[in-house]
Amino acid sequence: MTTEPAPDTVTAADPHGDVAVDRRELSAELIGAAGDATTAAPDVAEYALWLGDDSLILAQQLGRWISYAPELEEDVALGNIALDLLGHARSLLHYAGSASGRSEDDLAYWRGESEFRSAWLFEQPNGDFAHTIVRQLIAAHYLFELYSRLTASADRTVAAIAAKAVKEVDYHRDHADQWLLRLALGTDESRARVTVALADLWPYVDELFHDEPLIDRIPDVAVQPSALRWGFDQAVLPVLAEAELEQPRGFSSSGGGRRGVHSEYLGPILAEMQVLAREHPGASW
Amino acid sequence: MTTTRDIRSAGEIGTASEIGSARDIRTAWDLAASVVDPEIPVLTIEDLGVLRAVEEVDGRVRVTLTPTYSGCPAMDAIRDDVVGILRAGGFLDVEVRLVLAPAWTTDWMSEVGKQKLREYGIAAPSGHAAALGRSARPAGPVRVALAVKCPHCNSLHTSELARFGSTSCKALYECLDCLEPFDYFKVL
Repeated sequence: MTTEPAPDTVTAADPHGDVAVDRRELSAELIGAAGDATTAAPDVAEYALWLGDDSLILAQQLGRWISYAPELEEDVALGNIALDLLGHARSLLHYAGSASGRSEDDLAYWRGESEFRSAWLFEQPNGDFAHTIVRQLIAAHYLFELYSRLTASADRTVAAIAAKAVKEVDYHRDHADQWLLRLALGTDESRARVTVALADLWPYVDELFHDEPLIDRIPDVAVQPSALRWGFDQAVLPVLAEAELEQPRGFSSSGGGRRGVHSEYLGPILAEMQVLAREHPGASW
Repeated sequence: MTTTRDIRSAGEIGTASEIGSARDIRTAWDLAASVVDPEIPVLTIEDLGVLRAVEEVDGRVRVTLTPTYSGCPAMDAIRDDVVGILRAGGFLDVEVRLVLAPAWTTDWMSEVGKQKLREYGIAAPSGHAAALGRSARPAGPVRVALAVKCPHCNSLHTSELARFGSTSCKALYECLDCLEPFDYFKVL
Protein backbone atom coordinates (compact mmCIF):
# COMPACT_ATOMS: atom_id res chain seq x y z
CA MET A 1 0.00 0.00 0.00
CA THR A 2 1.34 3.38 -0.89
CA THR A 3 1.25 6.56 1.09
CA GLU A 4 2.04 8.60 -1.98
CA PRO A 5 -0.96 10.92 -2.24
CA ALA A 6 -2.49 11.26 -5.65
CA PRO A 7 -2.91 14.81 -6.97
CA ASP A 8 -6.64 14.56 -6.49
CA THR A 9 -6.53 12.92 -3.10
CA VAL A 10 -9.25 14.11 -0.80
CA THR A 11 -8.17 14.59 2.75
CA ALA A 12 -10.41 13.23 5.44
CA ALA A 13 -10.45 16.66 7.05
CA ASP A 14 -12.27 18.03 4.03
CA PRO A 15 -14.58 15.22 3.00
CA HIS A 16 -16.96 17.46 1.12
CA GLY A 17 -14.37 19.54 -0.62
CA ASP A 18 -13.97 19.45 -4.33
CA VAL A 19 -14.25 15.69 -4.54
CA ALA A 20 -12.34 14.84 -7.66
CA VAL A 21 -13.96 11.55 -8.37
CA ASP A 22 -14.38 9.93 -11.71
CA ARG A 23 -18.12 10.19 -12.38
CA ARG A 24 -18.08 6.81 -14.03
CA GLU A 25 -16.93 5.20 -10.81
CA LEU A 26 -19.74 6.89 -8.96
CA SER A 27 -22.54 5.98 -11.31
CA ALA A 28 -24.58 3.82 -9.02
CA GLU A 29 -25.19 0.42 -10.47
CA LEU A 30 -28.56 -0.85 -9.46
CA ILE A 31 -27.92 -4.49 -9.19
CA GLY A 32 -29.47 -7.63 -7.95
CA ALA A 33 -28.46 -10.08 -5.29
CA ALA A 34 -25.49 -11.50 -7.15
CA GLY A 35 -24.19 -8.05 -7.90
CA ASP A 36 -23.75 -7.97 -11.65
CA ALA A 37 -24.67 -4.79 -13.44
CA THR A 38 -27.50 -5.43 -15.83
CA THR A 39 -29.00 -4.03 -19.00
CA ALA A 40 -32.72 -4.36 -19.43
CA ALA A 41 -34.17 -6.18 -22.42
CA PRO A 42 -36.34 -3.83 -24.53
CA ASP A 43 -39.70 -5.14 -23.29
CA VAL A 44 -38.52 -5.16 -19.69
CA ALA A 45 -37.20 -1.63 -20.13
CA GLU A 46 -40.62 -0.52 -21.39
CA TYR A 47 -42.27 -2.12 -18.36
CA ALA A 48 -39.82 -0.43 -16.00
CA LEU A 49 -40.63 2.84 -17.76
CA TRP A 50 -44.35 2.40 -17.07
CA LEU A 51 -43.79 1.80 -13.39
CA GLY A 52 -41.13 4.47 -13.08
CA ASP A 53 -43.35 7.08 -14.71
CA ASP A 54 -46.23 6.27 -12.36
CA SER A 55 -44.03 6.89 -9.32
CA LEU A 56 -42.29 9.92 -10.81
CA ILE A 57 -45.52 11.78 -11.62
CA LEU A 58 -47.06 10.96 -8.24
CA ALA A 59 -43.90 12.09 -6.44
CA GLN A 60 -43.90 15.37 -8.36
CA GLN A 61 -47.55 15.97 -7.43
CA LEU A 62 -47.08 15.18 -3.74
CA GLY A 63 -44.09 17.48 -3.51
CA ARG A 64 -46.38 20.42 -4.24
CA TRP A 65 -48.03 19.93 -0.85
CA ILE A 66 -44.91 20.84 1.09
CA SER A 67 -45.74 23.96 3.15
CA TYR A 68 -49.41 23.78 2.03
CA ALA A 69 -50.64 20.71 3.91
CA PRO A 70 -53.24 21.17 6.67
CA GLU A 71 -50.65 20.61 9.37
CA LEU A 72 -46.88 20.53 9.65
CA GLU A 73 -46.81 16.76 10.19
CA GLU A 74 -48.54 16.30 6.84
CA ASP A 75 -46.04 18.54 5.06
CA VAL A 76 -43.43 16.14 6.36
CA ALA A 77 -45.44 12.98 5.68
CA LEU A 78 -46.37 13.84 2.09
CA GLY A 79 -42.83 15.06 1.45
CA ASN A 80 -41.41 11.80 2.78
CA ILE A 81 -43.83 9.72 0.74
CA ALA A 82 -42.87 11.73 -2.35
CA LEU A 83 -39.21 11.06 -1.59
CA ASP A 84 -39.80 7.31 -1.33
CA LEU A 85 -41.66 7.33 -4.64
CA LEU A 86 -38.95 9.39 -6.28
CA GLY A 87 -36.45 6.79 -5.10
CA HIS A 88 -38.49 4.03 -6.73
CA ALA A 89 -38.80 6.11 -9.90
CA ARG A 90 -35.05 6.72 -10.03
CA SER A 91 -34.27 3.00 -9.75
CA LEU A 92 -36.88 2.05 -12.33
CA LEU A 93 -35.96 4.78 -14.81
CA HIS A 94 -32.26 4.04 -14.39
CA TYR A 95 -33.03 0.46 -15.34
CA ALA A 96 -35.39 1.46 -18.16
CA GLY A 97 -32.72 3.73 -19.61
CA SER A 98 -30.07 0.99 -19.53
CA ALA A 99 -31.60 -0.50 -22.69
CA SER A 100 -31.20 2.67 -24.72
CA GLY A 101 -28.22 4.35 -23.11
CA ARG A 102 -30.31 7.05 -21.47
CA SER A 103 -29.91 8.21 -17.88
CA GLU A 104 -32.72 8.60 -15.37
CA ASP A 105 -32.41 12.38 -15.90
CA ASP A 106 -32.68 12.02 -19.69
CA LEU A 107 -35.92 10.13 -19.23
CA ALA A 108 -37.37 12.47 -16.62
CA TYR A 109 -36.48 15.79 -18.22
CA TRP A 110 -36.16 15.26 -21.95
CA ARG A 111 -39.26 13.32 -22.93
CA GLY A 112 -42.42 14.98 -24.14
CA GLU A 113 -45.93 14.34 -22.88
CA SER A 114 -46.72 11.60 -25.40
CA GLU A 115 -43.59 9.70 -24.36
CA PHE A 116 -44.71 9.34 -20.75
CA ARG A 117 -46.33 6.04 -19.83
CA SER A 118 -47.94 6.84 -16.49
CA ALA A 119 -51.55 5.92 -15.76
CA TRP A 120 -54.09 8.74 -15.54
CA LEU A 121 -54.67 8.38 -11.82
CA PHE A 122 -51.24 9.80 -11.02
CA GLU A 123 -51.66 12.98 -13.05
CA GLN A 124 -55.04 13.86 -11.57
CA PRO A 125 -54.85 17.18 -9.70
CA ASN A 126 -54.01 17.36 -6.01
CA GLY A 127 -57.38 19.08 -5.49
CA ASP A 128 -58.09 19.57 -1.83
CA PHE A 129 -56.48 17.41 0.87
CA ALA A 130 -59.29 14.84 0.51
CA HIS A 131 -58.55 14.38 -3.19
CA THR A 132 -54.88 13.82 -2.44
CA ILE A 133 -55.71 11.27 0.27
CA VAL A 134 -58.13 9.33 -1.94
CA ARG A 135 -55.53 9.33 -4.74
CA GLN A 136 -52.99 8.04 -2.18
CA LEU A 137 -55.40 5.37 -0.98
CA ILE A 138 -55.77 4.00 -4.51
CA ALA A 139 -52.11 4.44 -5.42
CA ALA A 140 -50.59 3.00 -2.26
CA HIS A 141 -52.77 -0.11 -2.26
CA TYR A 142 -52.21 -0.66 -5.98
CA LEU A 143 -48.44 -0.26 -5.59
CA PHE A 144 -48.39 -2.56 -2.56
CA GLU A 145 -50.15 -5.34 -4.48
CA LEU A 146 -47.91 -4.75 -7.49
CA TYR A 147 -44.58 -4.76 -5.65
CA SER A 148 -45.62 -7.68 -3.44
CA ARG A 149 -45.99 -9.75 -6.58
CA LEU A 150 -42.96 -8.34 -8.36
CA THR A 151 -40.65 -9.47 -5.55
CA ALA A 152 -40.96 -12.86 -7.29
CA SER A 153 -40.17 -11.44 -10.75
CA ALA A 154 -37.80 -13.48 -12.90
CA ASP A 155 -35.91 -10.25 -13.59
CA ARG A 156 -33.53 -9.82 -10.67
CA THR A 157 -33.35 -6.06 -10.89
CA VAL A 158 -37.13 -5.66 -10.99
CA ALA A 159 -37.40 -8.08 -8.04
CA ALA A 160 -34.77 -6.14 -6.06
CA ILE A 161 -36.44 -2.77 -6.65
CA ALA A 162 -39.82 -4.29 -5.69
CA ALA A 163 -38.48 -5.86 -2.49
CA LYS A 164 -37.21 -2.48 -1.37
CA ALA A 165 -40.27 -0.53 -2.49
CA VAL A 166 -42.89 -2.82 -0.96
CA LYS A 167 -41.74 -2.10 2.58
CA GLU A 168 -42.03 1.62 1.96
CA VAL A 169 -45.42 1.60 0.22
CA ASP A 170 -46.70 -0.46 3.15
CA TYR A 171 -46.20 2.67 5.28
CA HIS A 172 -47.90 4.75 2.58
CA ARG A 173 -50.91 2.42 2.68
CA ASP A 174 -51.25 2.84 6.37
CA HIS A 175 -50.97 6.63 6.09
CA ALA A 176 -53.74 6.76 3.48
CA ASP A 177 -56.01 4.36 5.40
CA GLN A 178 -55.77 6.38 8.59
CA TRP A 179 -56.46 9.69 6.86
CA LEU A 180 -59.39 8.28 4.92
CA LEU A 181 -60.98 7.17 8.20
CA ARG A 182 -60.28 10.51 9.87
CA LEU A 183 -61.80 12.48 7.01
CA ALA A 184 -64.79 10.20 6.44
CA LEU A 185 -65.68 9.88 10.11
CA GLY A 186 -64.61 13.40 11.07
CA THR A 187 -66.72 16.49 10.53
CA ASP A 188 -69.61 16.99 8.10
CA GLU A 189 -67.27 19.10 5.99
CA SER A 190 -64.47 16.53 5.83
CA ARG A 191 -66.95 13.75 5.08
CA ALA A 192 -68.58 15.73 2.28
CA ARG A 193 -65.20 16.48 0.74
CA VAL A 194 -63.90 12.92 0.89
CA THR A 195 -67.15 11.67 -0.66
CA VAL A 196 -66.67 14.05 -3.58
CA ALA A 197 -63.01 13.07 -3.91
CA LEU A 198 -63.89 9.39 -4.04
CA ALA A 199 -66.45 10.01 -6.80
CA ASP A 200 -63.92 12.13 -8.73
CA LEU A 201 -61.03 9.69 -8.55
CA TRP A 202 -62.59 6.22 -8.61
CA PRO A 203 -63.06 6.30 -12.42
CA TYR A 204 -59.27 6.11 -12.76
CA VAL A 205 -58.97 2.82 -10.86
CA ASP A 206 -59.80 0.54 -13.80
CA GLU A 207 -56.89 1.70 -15.94
CA LEU A 208 -54.42 0.48 -13.30
CA PHE A 209 -55.71 -3.08 -13.70
CA HIS A 210 -56.08 -3.06 -17.48
CA ASP A 211 -54.04 -5.79 -19.21
CA GLU A 212 -51.70 -4.76 -22.02
CA PRO A 213 -50.03 -6.83 -24.78
CA LEU A 214 -46.60 -5.95 -23.41
CA ILE A 215 -47.25 -7.96 -20.25
CA ASP A 216 -48.05 -11.08 -22.31
CA ARG A 217 -44.56 -10.90 -23.84
CA ILE A 218 -42.78 -10.90 -20.46
CA PRO A 219 -45.04 -13.06 -18.27
CA ASP A 220 -42.28 -14.12 -15.87
CA VAL A 221 -40.96 -10.62 -15.38
CA ALA A 222 -44.14 -8.56 -15.12
CA VAL A 223 -47.42 -9.27 -13.43
CA GLN A 224 -50.79 -9.14 -15.20
CA PRO A 225 -52.50 -5.97 -13.93
CA SER A 226 -55.88 -7.72 -13.83
CA ALA A 227 -54.41 -10.29 -11.44
CA LEU A 228 -53.84 -7.53 -8.88
CA ARG A 229 -57.45 -6.43 -8.72
CA TRP A 230 -58.66 -9.04 -6.25
CA GLY A 231 -55.98 -8.23 -3.69
CA PHE A 232 -56.61 -4.51 -4.15
CA ASP A 233 -60.34 -4.95 -3.55
CA GLN A 234 -59.68 -7.14 -0.51
CA ALA A 235 -57.57 -4.39 1.00
CA VAL A 236 -59.39 -1.21 -0.03
CA LEU A 237 -63.08 -2.13 0.15
CA PRO A 238 -62.95 -2.94 3.90
CA VAL A 239 -61.37 0.46 4.51
CA LEU A 240 -64.19 2.14 2.59
CA ALA A 241 -66.71 0.06 4.53
CA GLU A 242 -65.15 1.04 7.82
CA ALA A 243 -65.27 4.66 6.69
CA GLU A 244 -68.96 4.12 5.85
CA LEU A 245 -68.34 5.17 2.25
CA GLU A 246 -69.94 3.56 -0.80
CA GLN A 247 -67.67 2.28 -3.55
CA PRO A 248 -68.55 4.50 -6.53
CA ARG A 249 -69.94 2.52 -9.46
CA GLY A 250 -70.66 2.87 -13.11
CA PHE A 251 -68.31 5.43 -14.53
CA SER A 252 -64.84 4.55 -15.76
CA SER A 253 -62.42 6.99 -17.35
CA SER A 254 -60.90 6.29 -20.76
CA GLY A 255 -57.23 6.28 -19.76
CA GLY A 256 -54.48 5.46 -22.24
CA GLY A 257 -51.35 6.46 -20.35
CA ARG A 258 -49.55 3.24 -21.29
CA ARG A 259 -49.81 4.32 -24.95
CA GLY A 260 -48.72 7.90 -24.27
CA VAL A 261 -52.25 9.31 -24.37
CA HIS A 262 -52.84 11.63 -21.44
CA SER A 263 -55.40 13.88 -19.83
CA GLU A 264 -54.97 17.65 -19.89
CA TYR A 265 -53.27 17.56 -16.52
CA LEU A 266 -49.94 15.98 -17.42
CA GLY A 267 -48.59 18.82 -19.58
CA PRO A 268 -48.42 21.46 -16.84
CA ILE A 269 -46.89 18.94 -14.41
CA LEU A 270 -44.11 18.18 -16.90
CA ALA A 271 -43.61 21.87 -17.70
CA GLU A 272 -42.87 22.57 -14.06
CA MET A 273 -40.81 19.44 -13.55
CA GLN A 274 -38.67 19.93 -16.66
CA VAL A 275 -38.23 23.67 -16.90
CA LEU A 276 -34.99 23.91 -14.92
CA ALA A 277 -33.26 21.07 -16.74
CA ARG A 278 -34.28 22.46 -20.12
CA GLU A 279 -33.20 25.97 -19.17
CA HIS A 280 -29.72 24.66 -18.36
CA PRO A 281 -29.06 21.70 -20.68
CA GLY A 282 -26.25 19.47 -19.50
CA ALA A 283 -26.11 20.96 -16.02
CA SER A 284 -25.95 18.50 -13.17
CA TRP A 285 -26.75 18.95 -9.51
CA MET B 1 -20.10 -8.43 10.46
CA THR B 2 -17.45 -10.14 8.42
CA THR B 3 -15.26 -8.69 5.76
CA THR B 4 -15.99 -10.22 2.41
CA ARG B 5 -12.75 -11.33 0.84
CA ASP B 6 -12.36 -11.90 -2.80
CA ILE B 7 -8.65 -12.19 -3.10
CA ARG B 8 -7.45 -13.00 -6.54
CA SER B 9 -3.88 -12.83 -7.68
CA ALA B 10 -3.99 -9.24 -8.73
CA GLY B 11 -1.70 -8.70 -11.67
CA GLU B 12 0.45 -5.63 -11.90
CA ILE B 13 -1.87 -2.70 -12.09
CA GLY B 14 -1.29 0.87 -12.97
CA THR B 15 -1.79 2.39 -9.57
CA ALA B 16 0.94 2.29 -7.01
CA SER B 17 -1.18 0.67 -4.36
CA GLU B 18 -0.57 -3.02 -4.15
CA ILE B 19 -3.76 -4.30 -2.60
CA GLY B 20 -5.03 -7.76 -2.20
CA SER B 21 -3.56 -8.86 1.06
CA ALA B 22 -6.09 -9.67 3.75
CA ARG B 23 -4.55 -7.00 5.94
CA ASP B 24 -5.12 -4.31 3.34
CA ILE B 25 -8.70 -5.31 2.74
CA ARG B 26 -9.22 -5.13 6.49
CA THR B 27 -7.74 -1.64 6.46
CA ALA B 28 -10.01 -0.65 3.58
CA TRP B 29 -13.01 -2.01 5.48
CA ASP B 30 -12.05 -0.08 8.59
CA LEU B 31 -11.68 3.14 6.59
CA ALA B 32 -15.03 2.70 4.86
CA ALA B 33 -16.64 1.67 8.15
CA SER B 34 -15.65 4.98 9.72
CA VAL B 35 -17.88 6.99 7.36
CA VAL B 36 -20.89 8.39 9.20
CA ASP B 37 -24.46 9.03 8.14
CA PRO B 38 -24.55 12.80 7.54
CA GLU B 39 -28.08 12.99 8.95
CA ILE B 40 -27.29 10.96 12.09
CA PRO B 41 -23.61 11.72 12.62
CA VAL B 42 -23.23 9.40 15.61
CA LEU B 43 -23.86 6.37 13.42
CA THR B 44 -21.31 4.92 11.05
CA ILE B 45 -22.43 3.11 7.94
CA GLU B 46 -21.19 -0.07 9.63
CA ASP B 47 -23.48 0.55 12.61
CA LEU B 48 -26.38 1.09 10.22
CA GLY B 49 -25.73 -2.07 8.24
CA VAL B 50 -25.39 0.01 5.07
CA LEU B 51 -21.82 -1.18 4.48
CA ARG B 52 -22.22 -4.69 3.08
CA ALA B 53 -18.85 -5.65 1.61
CA VAL B 54 -15.35 -4.43 0.86
CA GLU B 55 -13.43 -6.59 -1.58
CA GLU B 56 -10.56 -6.48 -3.99
CA VAL B 57 -11.57 -7.00 -7.60
CA ASP B 58 -9.01 -6.78 -10.38
CA GLY B 59 -6.76 -4.53 -8.36
CA ARG B 60 -9.44 -2.08 -7.30
CA VAL B 61 -11.29 -1.78 -4.04
CA ARG B 62 -14.97 -2.45 -4.48
CA VAL B 63 -17.27 -1.22 -1.73
CA THR B 64 -20.85 -2.44 -1.67
CA LEU B 65 -23.52 -0.34 0.04
CA THR B 66 -27.23 -0.93 0.49
CA PRO B 67 -29.38 2.19 0.69
CA THR B 68 -31.67 2.47 3.70
CA TYR B 69 -34.68 4.03 1.99
CA SER B 70 -35.08 4.26 -1.79
CA GLY B 71 -35.08 8.02 -1.77
CA CYS B 72 -32.54 8.57 1.00
CA PRO B 73 -30.56 11.68 0.02
CA ALA B 74 -27.76 10.74 2.43
CA MET B 75 -26.63 7.96 0.08
CA ASP B 76 -24.93 10.32 -2.36
CA ALA B 77 -22.96 11.98 0.42
CA ILE B 78 -22.06 8.61 1.92
CA ARG B 79 -20.84 7.37 -1.45
CA ASP B 80 -18.63 10.42 -1.95
CA ASP B 81 -17.30 10.12 1.60
CA VAL B 82 -16.38 6.46 1.12
CA VAL B 83 -14.43 7.27 -2.04
CA GLY B 84 -12.77 10.25 -0.39
CA ILE B 85 -11.67 8.46 2.75
CA LEU B 86 -10.32 5.44 0.86
CA ARG B 87 -8.36 7.65 -1.52
CA ALA B 88 -6.97 9.59 1.42
CA GLY B 89 -5.92 6.22 2.86
CA GLY B 90 -4.01 5.34 -0.28
CA PHE B 91 -6.56 3.19 -2.08
CA LEU B 92 -6.64 5.08 -5.34
CA ASP B 93 -8.82 2.83 -7.43
CA VAL B 94 -12.17 2.69 -5.71
CA GLU B 95 -15.53 1.58 -6.97
CA VAL B 96 -18.70 2.04 -4.94
CA ARG B 97 -21.76 0.02 -5.84
CA LEU B 98 -25.26 0.32 -4.53
CA VAL B 99 -27.01 -2.99 -4.20
CA LEU B 100 -30.75 -3.16 -3.64
CA ALA B 101 -31.01 -6.85 -2.84
CA PRO B 102 -31.26 -8.11 -0.23
CA ALA B 103 -33.21 -5.02 0.79
CA TRP B 104 -31.91 -3.15 3.81
CA THR B 105 -33.69 -3.74 7.08
CA THR B 106 -33.37 -2.20 10.53
CA ASP B 107 -32.56 -5.74 11.71
CA TRP B 108 -29.06 -5.10 10.33
CA MET B 109 -28.42 -2.23 12.70
CA SER B 110 -25.79 -3.24 15.24
CA GLU B 111 -26.47 -3.24 18.98
CA VAL B 112 -23.67 -0.70 19.32
CA GLY B 113 -25.49 1.45 16.78
CA LYS B 114 -28.78 1.19 18.66
CA GLN B 115 -27.05 2.22 21.87
CA LYS B 116 -25.45 5.21 20.14
CA LEU B 117 -28.84 6.20 18.74
CA ARG B 118 -30.38 6.22 22.23
CA GLU B 119 -27.53 8.31 23.61
CA TYR B 120 -28.06 10.72 20.72
CA GLY B 121 -31.72 11.08 21.68
CA ILE B 122 -33.30 8.92 18.98
CA ALA B 123 -35.30 5.85 19.98
CA ALA B 124 -33.91 2.74 18.28
CA PRO B 125 -36.14 0.43 16.24
CA SER B 126 -38.09 -1.80 18.60
CA GLY B 127 -38.65 -5.36 17.53
CA HIS B 128 -37.89 -6.94 14.20
CA ALA B 129 -39.19 -6.22 10.75
CA ALA B 130 -42.10 -8.43 9.86
CA ALA B 131 -41.26 -10.97 7.21
CA LEU B 132 -42.70 -9.78 3.96
CA GLY B 133 -46.16 -11.10 3.48
CA ARG B 134 -49.68 -9.92 3.63
CA SER B 135 -49.75 -8.16 6.92
CA ALA B 136 -52.80 -9.67 8.51
CA ARG B 137 -55.10 -6.86 9.48
CA PRO B 138 -58.14 -8.58 10.89
CA ALA B 139 -59.66 -5.56 12.61
CA GLY B 140 -59.29 -2.86 10.03
CA PRO B 141 -56.20 -0.92 9.15
CA VAL B 142 -54.85 -0.15 12.61
CA ARG B 143 -51.92 -2.32 13.60
CA VAL B 144 -50.67 -2.95 17.10
CA ALA B 145 -47.19 -1.60 17.61
CA LEU B 146 -44.66 -2.31 20.31
CA ALA B 147 -44.22 0.44 22.86
CA VAL B 148 -41.42 2.85 22.05
CA LYS B 149 -39.15 3.78 24.93
CA CYS B 150 -38.42 7.47 25.51
CA PRO B 151 -34.67 8.03 24.99
CA HIS B 152 -34.71 10.82 27.58
CA CYS B 153 -36.39 9.19 30.60
CA ASN B 154 -36.89 5.55 29.49
CA SER B 155 -40.64 5.77 29.97
CA LEU B 156 -42.78 3.47 27.86
CA HIS B 157 -45.62 5.96 28.19
CA THR B 158 -45.13 7.48 24.76
CA SER B 159 -47.32 8.38 21.83
CA GLU B 160 -46.78 8.72 18.10
CA LEU B 161 -47.32 12.27 16.85
CA ALA B 162 -46.47 11.61 13.22
CA ARG B 163 -45.59 8.44 11.36
CA PHE B 164 -43.29 10.43 9.08
CA GLY B 165 -40.59 12.48 10.76
CA SER B 166 -37.54 14.59 10.02
CA THR B 167 -36.14 12.01 7.59
CA SER B 168 -37.57 9.03 5.70
CA CYS B 169 -36.38 6.61 8.34
CA LYS B 170 -37.85 8.34 11.40
CA ALA B 171 -41.22 8.96 13.05
CA LEU B 172 -41.97 11.73 15.56
CA TYR B 173 -43.00 10.73 19.08
CA GLU B 174 -43.71 12.49 22.34
CA CYS B 175 -43.14 11.22 25.86
CA LEU B 176 -46.23 11.54 28.03
CA ASP B 177 -44.14 11.48 31.22
CA CYS B 178 -41.25 13.89 30.62
CA LEU B 179 -43.21 15.64 27.83
CA GLU B 180 -40.19 15.75 25.52
CA PRO B 181 -40.61 15.11 21.80
CA PHE B 182 -38.19 12.63 20.21
CA ASP B 183 -37.46 10.89 16.94
CA TYR B 184 -38.02 7.16 16.57
CA PHE B 185 -36.09 5.14 13.99
CA LYS B 186 -38.86 3.18 12.28
CA VAL B 187 -38.69 -0.57 11.85
CA LEU B 188 -38.28 -1.38 8.17
